[in-house]
Amino acid sequence: MSNAERRPLLLDFEKPLVELESRIIQIRELAEENNVDVSDQIEQLEGRATQLRREIFHSLTPAQRLQVARHPRRPSTLDYIQAMTDEWVELHGDRSTGSDDKALVGGVARLAGRPVVMLGHQKGRDTKDNVARNFGMASPSGYRKAMRLMNHANRFGMPILTFIDTPGAYAGVEAERLGQGEAIAYNLREMFRLDVPIVCTVIGEGGSGGALGIGVGDRLLMFEHSVYTVASPEACAAILWKDAGKAPQAAEALRITATDLQNLGILDEILPEPDGGAHANPLAAAATLKQALVSSLDHLSTHAAAELRELRYQKFRDIGVFLEPAT
Amino acid sequence: MSLFDWFANRRKAGPISKERQEREIADGLWSKCSHCGVLTYAKDLRSNALVCPDCGHHNRVGSDERIEQLIDPQTWCSLSDQLRPTDPLEFRDRKSYTDRIQDTQAKTGLNDSVITGVGELHGLPVALGVMDFRFMGGSMGSVVGEKLTRLIEQGTRDRIPVIIVCASGGARMQEGMLSLMQMAKISGALQRHQEAGVLYMPVLSHPTTGGVTASFAMLGDIIIAEPEATIAFAGRRVVEQTLREKLPDDFQTAEYLLNNGFVDMIVPRTQLKKTLAQLIRLHQPIESREHTNHTMPPTSVPVLDRFPLTTHTVD
Ligand SMILES: [Zn+2]
Repeated sequence: MSNAERRPLLLDFEKPLVELESRIIQIRELAEENNVDVSDQIEQLEGRATQLRREIFHSLTPAQRLQVARHPRRPSTLDYIQAMTDEWVELHGDRSTGSDDKALVGGVARLAGRPVVMLGHQKGRDTKDNVARNFGMASPSGYRKAMRLMNHANRFGMPILTFIDTPGAYAGVEAERLGQGEAIAYNLREMFRLDVPIVCTVIGEGGSGGALGIGVGDRLLMFEHSVYTVASPEACAAILWKDAGKAPQAAEALRITATDLQNLGILDEILPEPDGGAHANPLAAAATLKQALVSSLDHLSTHAAAELRELRYQKFRDIGVFLEPAT
Repeated sequence: MSLFDWFANRRKAGPISKERQEREIADGLWSKCSHCGVLTYAKDLRSNALVCPDCGHHNRVGSDERIEQLIDPQTWCSLSDQLRPTDPLEFRDRKSYTDRIQDTQAKTGLNDSVITGVGELHGLPVALGVMDFRFMGGSMGSVVGEKLTRLIEQGTRDRIPVIIVCASGGARMQEGMLSLMQMAKISGALQRHQEAGVLYMPVLSHPTTGGVTASFAMLGDIIIAEPEATIAFAGRRVVEQTLREKLPDDFQTAEYLLNNGFVDMIVPRTQLKKTLAQLIRLHQPIESREHTNHTMPPTSVPVLDRFPLTTHTVD
């Protein structure tokens, strides 16, 4: 990959790292030209680069994590599905609105020998694909397709694995006319009715109700640099600060990181990412995810359906912080 | 009596000063319609459920007044009224959330943006939740989620219809993801209420938007809307920015949702209590079937009591 191609994908906080890496390349080229052995020096510099990458990615601010979560090269739902499953058959359509939403994909798969239903938001892999995928912003038809596939899973006793990666549900005239609110609301209620295990994973960006629309499960997992937020920091800043430029402050205040959500009692498990983020080593990230999903399913499969539903209810029932002075 | 008549009468009795007129508006004797600007005698406006007699505009109703409009006198019993918001995120925008809560509580006399309780509606027991737009735009945080969940759970337990009057800008950003999760929590409670075969009717008043629309507002067995209420998932301005084109005039109004099949009926506020009572009665089993259900009742009830087949005769 040429530097020109890389430049737009470079996050500003990665700059010192990239400078160091290009210096290593330069030294190596010079050494080759002049026939000098610099392997000790190179090794030292590479060690420093690894150290620097680790330092940078271990101390990301919420706004920086948001950039990683939105990284155009971040593995998408289909990337993970392809990397994790033995078999995968994509299914299409919601059977009601007369369209197939490409921003929300799903189908049947085999994960570590086990038949499952997998579904998730799908962002595009390039500009053209992104337009077709509507940048991962699902329409009512997408949420209805998701529900149709979840009911399918329920009928055949297959666990459901959902992957969350959306800036939010699509906000367009057609989406409103076709009942975006109703489509999401319906899923929220019906996911409590399902008898099969449900594991939801935030693989990238968890944008508000559009994320929650496939996010009611028995376990919620989240990658280390993923974010999950009630409103996009940009929208929040525009409303509360009356200044969209205050998005970094809003990202901080909204508590959108995996650690924040774990502290709030919303998140069950944080999945570590390779140094440099999931996009730096997608296969390693997929291996981490697969292992976490399989062990979640092993655990959840020990519960009977009624027990599973009761535990799911209680999991959400307990979320919330308030005061109630005794009377 | 319109203001014109009133002034005409006054004029007979002698001119009144501009100061006096202004004082009387300030004192709340007169109320100005936010839509047509016509002044109506405040008592007349109240007895018309805050619906402007001149233009039919549904002026905003506070939760206390809404309860008065819907619940029979001396039958209201509020629930969980000690619940108060706190600041788990230590959120601060231009003002700290803690200060915002305190200021709004002082200004409105409310603890948070919903009041819940049980009471009778034309003699029919109901579990009623009323959102109040005056409290931070009716936004939904942990308190709203917990109060509505408890209300619905009580409705399920006592097998009584649940009515929620919605008025909300959506999830409360100052409580972050805790607010978003209340959508799921309330929807879960509604799933159990529905499974118990008990009626749930949300009433969508102006405005019902965001996370409230994407959860309990749209989950009614029957969904009622007030005339001209804005009902939306995404705000009009957001949609406009997404598309950069002009939107239809009636976009995201109650009438628009009725045309598109997302609400069952639009009911003027003056007819709301009567309509709710009628719908509840229509869903009551006739007396001899009082103990039979078309869905599974709680499993703790002995099987014989659950299916009293002997009383299942047609009368
Ligand atoms: Zn008027």
